[in-house]
Amino acid sequence: MSITRRTFIKATGAGLAGLALGRLGLDLGPVRAYAAGLKIEGAKEVISICPFCSCGCNTLVHVKDGKIINIEGDPDFPISGGGLCAKGASLKSLHISPERLTKPLYRAPGSDKWEEKDWNWMMERVARRIKDQRDKDFLQKNAAGQTVNRVETLFHLGSSQVSNEEAAVLHQMVRAFGIVHFDHQARICHSPSVPALAECFGRGAMTNHYNDIQNADAILIMGSNAAEHHPMTFKWALKAQARGAVIMHVDPKFSRTSARSDFHVPIRSGTDIAFLGGMIKYILEKKKYFADYVLDYTNASFLVGEKYSFKDGMFSGFDPEKKKYDKSAWAFEKDADGKVKRDPTFKHPRCVMNLMKAHYSRYDLDRVSSVTGVSKQDLLRVYEAYTATGRPDKAGTIVYALGWTQHSVGVQNIRLSGLVQQLLGNIGIAGGGINALRGEPNVQGTTDHALLYGYLPGYHSTPTATYQTLDEYLKAYTPVTKDPMSVNWWSNRPKYVVSLLKAWYGDNATKENDYGYSWVPKMDPGVDYSHLYIFDRMYKGGIKGGLCFAHNPCQSIPNIHKVRKAWDKLDWVVIGDVFHNETTDNWRRPGVDPKTVKTEVFLLPSVYRAEKDGTISNSGRWHMWHYKAVEPLGQSRNMGEMFVEIMNRVRALYAKEGGAFPEPITKSDYPAKFDAEAEARRINGFFTRDVKVGDKEHKKGQLVPGFPSLKDDGSTTSLNWLYCGGYTEAEGNLSKRRDLTQTPMQAKIGLYPGFAWAWPMNRRVLYNRASVDKNGTPFNPDRTVIVWQDGKWVGDVPDGGYPPMSMEGGKYPFIMTTEGHSQLFGPGREDGPFPEHYEPAETPLVVNPFSKQMHNPCMKVIQSDVDVLAKNGDPRFPIVLTTYSLTEHWCSGSETRNSPPLLEAEPQQYVEMSPQLAQEKGLKNGDVVIVESLRGKTEAVAMVTVRIKPFKVAGKTVHLVGMPFCFGWSKPKCGDSTNRVTVSIGDPNTTIPEYKACLVNLRKADKVTEL
Amino acid sequence: MPKAFFIDTTKCTACRGCQVGCKEWKNLPAVPTKQTGTHQNPPDLNPFNLKLVRFSEHMDKNGVVSWYFFPDQCRHCLEAPCKQASSVEGSILHDEATGAVIYTEKTAQEDFEVIHGACPYDIPRLNPATKQIVKCDMCIDRVRANLLPMCVKSCAMGAMNFGERADMLKMAADRLASVRKRFPKAQLCNPDDVAVIFLVADEPKKYHAFAVAEGPQLLTRKQVLAGLASPLRRAARTLRG
Repeated sequence: MSITRRTFIKATGAGLAGLALGRLGLDLGPVRAYAAGLKIEGAKEVISICPFCSCGCNTLVHVKDGKIINIEGDPDFPISGGGLCAKGASLKSLHISPERLTKPLYRAPGSDKWEEKDWNWMMERVARRIKDQRDKDFLQKNAAGQTVNRVETLFHLGSSQVSNEEAAVLHQMVRAFGIVHFDHQARICHSPSVPALAECFGRGAMTNHYNDIQNADAILIMGSNAAEHHPMTFKWALKAQARGAVIMHVDPKFSRTSARSDFHVPIRSGTDIAFLGGMIKYILEKKKYFADYVLDYTNASFLVGEKYSFKDGMFSGFDPEKKKYDKSAWAFEKDADGKVKRDPTFKHPRCVMNLMKAHYSRYDLDRVSSVTGVSKQDLLRVYEAYTATGRPDKAGTIVYALGWTQHSVGVQNIRLSGLVQQLLGNIGIAGGGINALRGEPNVQGTTDHALLYGYLPGYHSTPTATYQTLDEYLKAYTPVTKDPMSVNWWSNRPKYVVSLLKAWYGDNATKENDYGYSWVPKMDPGVDYSHLYIFDRMYKGGIKGGLCFAHNPCQSIPNIHKVRKAWDKLDWVVIGDVFHNETTDNWRRPGVDPKTVKTEVFLLPSVYRAEKDGTISNSGRWHMWHYKAVEPLGQSRNMGEMFVEIMNRVRALYAKEGGAFPEPITKSDYPAKFDAEAEARRINGFFTRDVKVGDKEHKKGQLVPGFPSLKDDGSTTSLNWLYCGGYTEAEGNLSKRRDLTQTPMQAKIGLYPGFAWAWPMNRRVLYNRASVDKNGTPFNPDRTVIVWQDGKWVGDVPDGGYPPMSMEGGKYPFIMTTEGHSQLFGPGREDGPFPEHYEPAETPLVVNPFSKQMHNPCMKVIQSDVDVLAKNGDPRFPIVLTTYSLTEHWCSGSETRNSPPLLEAEPQQYVEMSPQLAQEKGLKNGDVVIVESLRGKTEAVAMVTVRIKPFKVAGKTVHLVGMPFCFGWSKPKCGDSTNRVTVSIGDPNTTIPEYKACLVNLRKADKVTEL
Repeated sequence: MPKAFFIDTTKCTACRGCQVGCKEWKNLPAVPTKQTGTHQNPPDLNPFNLKLVRFSEHMDKNGVVSWYFFPDQCRHCLEAPCKQASSVEGSILHDEATGAVIYTEKTAQEDFEVIHGACPYDIPRLNPATKQIVKCDMCIDRVRANLLPMCVKSCAMGAMNFGERADMLKMAADRLASVRKRFPKAQLCNPDDVAVIFLVADEPKKYHAFAVAEGPQLLTRKQVLAGLASPLRRAARTLRG
């Protein structure tokens, strides 16, 4: 084991140590008075993790006399090397902020003030509200008479920041209550990543990890401002650049990312598919693809059935009334044995390769340039530089974030990057992949734990009323292949689902009662329970009360006027947070008389990160433990304790009083008290009886060594199969590992397999079986991820431990897709098997140059009196608005606006615009302007900058402006939510809102009221 | 052995970890700011912001945009003009072990205009409450305890570096040679005179009016006093606007 500062700490046992520092020289001389008295000398030093972006930077928290006196980066953390961006650097101020919530606060209906209450008073009432609402509105059957066992008037929102352990107890509680309106921040940030990446490769996560970006030869940052929103990404991009890699930034505005990239290419927001479609055409025509990879590892040679067609923007199978496709029209053609037919010669007109060629033949430079506003020269500059990685010895990585997800074509934006990477053979290799920069530090983990209505923990679809028994459900969701070379890992799904049910219901889950399957609430098929619909139903009076933890929807959801009014209609709401924000205090927002707001608010003060322990999973799936450094401030509590107490109090009420369908609550195997360590063990899972697996014996109560040992016979539990193997009898809690040891081969690519633990099974580079040829030899021996040596794989944990494809027992490399191949043609998404360009819901164009179909035909359009859209090319609103984050604030800004040094650096709402637009509008830099859409208006300071340029689109000039979304009214003189302007339009697959493009106009403000 | 900083602006992404890290370590209060049409905030160094990332954007005649970031701070001059201009014993110290130039509480007795005027980099600021003159102290408390200055510790990009002067000079020279292939105008700012060596990719003035000192570095106290009205400083002030 390498000796690090942290290994010393580990040896002391508690993850902390007194600091004893060697002095530099003995004689301090005249500066003695100024150099002595280092404030952290003798301080307790504790490892924690920054609570902002998904880099998950580890921090050192220095504590004296029980108080935090300093927080700085952990030099042993491989991703940051001890650095922190502005947000992380301000963590001390945030932890000790006088603005922190430190006491439970109660706001009575119609009241104009908060009242301090004790925890017991609050929790008693919270439990009562939940039980009464549930009993009143519990729905045992749906309109079709199917058993559903759910409650629709309750909701749970948020919690993407909680630890994995808190997420696990929360999910269990929410399902026990029967809540289906259950959604968290991934919905509005990265929900498209899961279905897009999973459709391509089988899993929905970032394929590689932060350090791995250093191995790239070309880095395409598109739909992301990585240097600002995930700052550590750029450390590794710069390392690659120093090696000679080219960094390209394709984005509507020139940002801090563009500043250090090799070049920046401005693109009109909402036209990424046109841009990348042009790249596909370029790759195919110029034969830039990695031919062996495409033939052997992708589904390029698969034959698609005769029912598939594409005409003038529409795929076959569309039902115009339902605005839905019948996806069976896109099925692969199978032979008599049920195997997919293939044509390795690529001659068959219906092989995927030829259908793809035909589809993207329309994406010629002229048309792409005309739609995107990117010059042909710039298009070619990117195409040439990036497609040069379509060789075995070159790696290209694509880095994206919300610039791709937050569109009505969010999933297909990402899907298309998957097509590019498959063609270039860039998946599975070091320096390759699609690096989805997830949002909050644990939005990856809390998505894995599925704090989202559509999944159970571990990416199992939430059952719908269609599947009344466990068998029916498992049959529907367990894929089958007839190809013996395909691993089809999801064939193991029954083991994971049964182990989950066993973990939820303990001894009450038996084979005879379907392991409690009937206690899991069932959704109605085809009904959307996500954010936009939750707020629409709330606005229309259909939702009465709920829980909202660490989320600020009254600031961060589009068309916010509507959301704020919807929130007013709640009878009661329980909110857990660290600071006041626009949601906690919605009842006293500007322009509203609190007397008119009937909502009863229970505001529960939460601890901040360094006041609790547990794990988070960063974007690279690193599962890392953070330690509690100090006691909670004031009376604040960690959310795990809150969830567990709420559940247990509700359970006690049911035990005493009975009520509607109490079984899911009373039969739960649920902890009496929250303990992160114990919960981490429950997540991993146990054997429920003595069993023998192979020649290994496991005793009842022992930890399961990894998910390959999970069973569907009730002999194992696991709250999340993905994390099974992360806490073992042999090695303990692997998320605490701090070992920086690497073999020379691993060190060459910066794998760090001994630092913390990564799901699945500590695999650091997903799909790494595709980094080697059919004989197990790395395509690029200089940057080996895995290699078959002496009859075994060495390097990273292989993605499927089977022998290489050419050998006896060899398997295809993409073990998570049904047919073992990555999918260029993806028949499973709502809006088509190939990504196609459609204009945003609000567009400055009147014609889509690619087809007669203007918008995504399946996009979710919320219908209400206040959900209005500008016409295509609306002359009243000729300017495109895009919205974004910046380094100094995080998401809605509800935390970071409370950090004095951050607010000092970025104090107020602004709108970035080109000098040309400013001139047209008679504005100068620093003027306050009104930015207005059909839905609302907002004040902002004009930032007139050459970093924004007008676009030439379809022969005319189109202006674009950009605004951050982090400023809100609860911090005076900051400005207010940009979302007063944005649209309630959703992607058809995940209903992520289209924050990134809408139409506005702007003018100089006559009077300034918000800034 | 004297220490030095090497600040490679070609790696700076203006994440402002240094600006905030400095304030946090030193418990400096925030100053009220407004958005005025730039990301640079506070607008300038002040008694509570001893480290400030300066932003400057440019567009060339071909429409190519550059955005330069300059994490400004005291240069800890090898022969500090401010110290030479000092008239109060013990108000400005030059720590031999580290090379840090340290302002003490006795600066309250100095003529601020003289000290400020002596600085070719426009660094010293007057705390109106204490009357003390303040600036970066190289985190002398940390450095003497073998820790990196907080701004350097915060920098993840590798833009801020700190170490033995000889090592930093070598790092700077190597990096300059490598960067020149992409940026022919790249240069080091007054490397022979200061302990805080900036590498810029373009003309220093495009980063900050006071990025480099244009005059001779070694001034006598008399010259410094005379220099208050010198054309050089006037020129620099004009540039700053």
